[in-house]
Amino acid sequence: MSTTATRTMVTSGASTRRRPGGTRRMREGSKAETTTAWLFLSPFLALFLLFTGIPAILAIGASLTDMTARDIRDPLGVNFTGFDGFAKVITNPGFQSAFFNTIMFVVLCVPISMALGLALALMLNNGIRRLKTFFRAAVYVPVITNIVAAAVIWQYAFSITGPVNSSLGDLGLPEPNWLGEPGWAITTVVLMGVWRTTGTCMILFLAGLQAVPEEIYEAAATDGAGTWRRLWSITLPLLRPTTLLITVLMTVSFLNIFEEPYLLTKGGPLGSTKSIAVWVYEQFGFGNVSASMAGSVLLLLLVGIVAIVQFRMLRPKH
Amino acid sequence: MKTLSPTRQALNYTALIVVTVFMLLPFVWVFFGSFKTQSEFLGNPGAWFPESFQIDNYIQLFADREFGSYMMNSFVVSGVAIVGNVLFSAMAGYALAKLRFRGKNVVFPLVIVSMIVPYVALFVPQFVVVVQMGLVNSLVAIILPVLILPLCVFIMRQFAHGVPFELMEAARLDGAGEGRLFFRIFLPLTGPGLATVAILSFLTSWNNFLWPLVVAQSQDTYTAPVGLSVASQASNTISFGLLLAGAVVVLLPILILFLFLQKYFIQGVATAGLK
Repeated sequence: MSTTATRTMVTSGASTRRRPGGTRRMREGSKAETTTAWLFLSPFLALFLLFTGIPAILAIGASLTDMTARDIRDPLGVNFTGFDGFAKVITNPGFQSAFFNTIMFVVLCVPISMALGLALALMLNNGIRRLKTFFRAAVYVPVITNIVAAAVIWQYAFSITGPVNSSLGDLGLPEPNWLGEPGWAITTVVLMGVWRTTGTCMILFLAGLQAVPEEIYEAAATDGAGTWRRLWSITLPLLRPTTLLITVLMTVSFLNIFEEPYLLTKGGPLGSTKSIAVWVYEQFGFGNVSASMAGSVLLLLLVGIVAIVQFRMLRPKH
Repeated sequence: MKTLSPTRQALNYTALIVVTVFMLLPFVWVFFGSFKTQSEFLGNPGAWFPESFQIDNYIQLFADREFGSYMMNSFVVSGVAIVGNVLFSAMAGYALAKLRFRGKNVVFPLVIVSMIVPYVALFVPQFVVVVQMGLVNSLVAIILPVLILPLCVFIMRQFAHGVPFELMEAARLDGAGEGRLFFRIFLPLTGPGLATVAILSFLTSWNNFLWPLVVAQSQDTYTAPVGLSVASQASNTISFGLLLAGAVVVLLPILILFLFLQKYFIQGVATAGLK
């Protein structure tokens, strides 16, 4: 969701400036206007306070205590333990392995989804003449699909005797235990992750491509630049801002990966697909509320750091 | 770029067809699988097609499971979420884009912040809040967090910029009150924005999983996805046929809407870049 953030920061500034006489008009409103504004914003503000503001403070607060499930009804009875909780979480082998698994999902899924999304966007943008809407819709359908329903299908399709293996068998290929062996379970989760996010990458790349002026290509073609040359020297540099946004968006989304591993494998076998989010959910289920919250806060930090680093790395050079 | 050689185009079509087949295969499997009988799953589990199209799974799904009530809960949650988001985010977007007041520069960053914060990081403290409010195990608790989505506020603010100030100034001079401005001038001019918000809030609330999983603690508050996941985890006792029929039923509302309103689905994601 960080995409939105950046875009806003860019557009909000621009649109305020663009409006004629905007700055003078913006500052003062009539009393009625001010009252209406706060009244109109109150539902959002109330729910923001209740479901983001208070929980954020609570998460940081509770991660510094020994809170358990029993304390949820009476949160004031907990003991302050400082950063002990964080130390315990960081040194916990389960959390460490969840941390590395999460990084692995990001490293595997983000480039594949993005490469596939870009290739599809390029083909749909000007590589074919007909059926563009059909292909776009077909690739996009997994994005809007209900993840639980999707996971049920994947579990069935990739079960030992399911249609995937029977098709592989018909072709004389080996039939792996997709959900039961660590290496294959990771593969299945990655496949499902890529299946679910390629459509998003494609749509965003398409939006980016449509902003590239056609004349540049014509000029390059006149100068004798071939397809790959045009892609490398024109399209990719011009897509840089789009690429940045998609990279951040995809990284953040895979850092938070929960449904795919939880629903397909419960984080198993042997914890091989357990992500940080699944670990946090598990600790919550075990009643280790403070550990769970410390894990959430660490995940939040990780997301923030990664987003900032990526923005710096991919910012256009002047 | 104007002329693409026929070979190039043929290659592109081939690549697109291959990718599309892989993207759509799961839907083919679920569709055909949902018409198989239990004995077919046991006899020839890997077969792609059912021997004959039996609708027994669907009948059983709605007859002796509580699936009907889960679906009802999902519809209630999503219905309220759509109404809430359309109304509240139009109001908030209108205020942020079209009204002049002090504090605007504080409120808008809040919208952005609440869009960025990953929900995985907040569901445990949110649960504590809901318990304190005495709302745990209720549909209200499931609805509240998706009742007004920051993303929808953002989208409505973007659409609101398209409504000319001059029009509103003119109406003000004619003596129209703030409420009248909003209902008579603003809302009719932001139709596509409202449609996008409606679709987006439907998708979010219908597909919401982790939060209902945490909050719904008894079967009468399960939403359809929660019911489906609970059933699939007890899959030793339940048949694949029933599960697949359940998956079809959960997918159907979204797929039907997508068929007709594709533009708004894609617009929502393109403007917002959400997951």
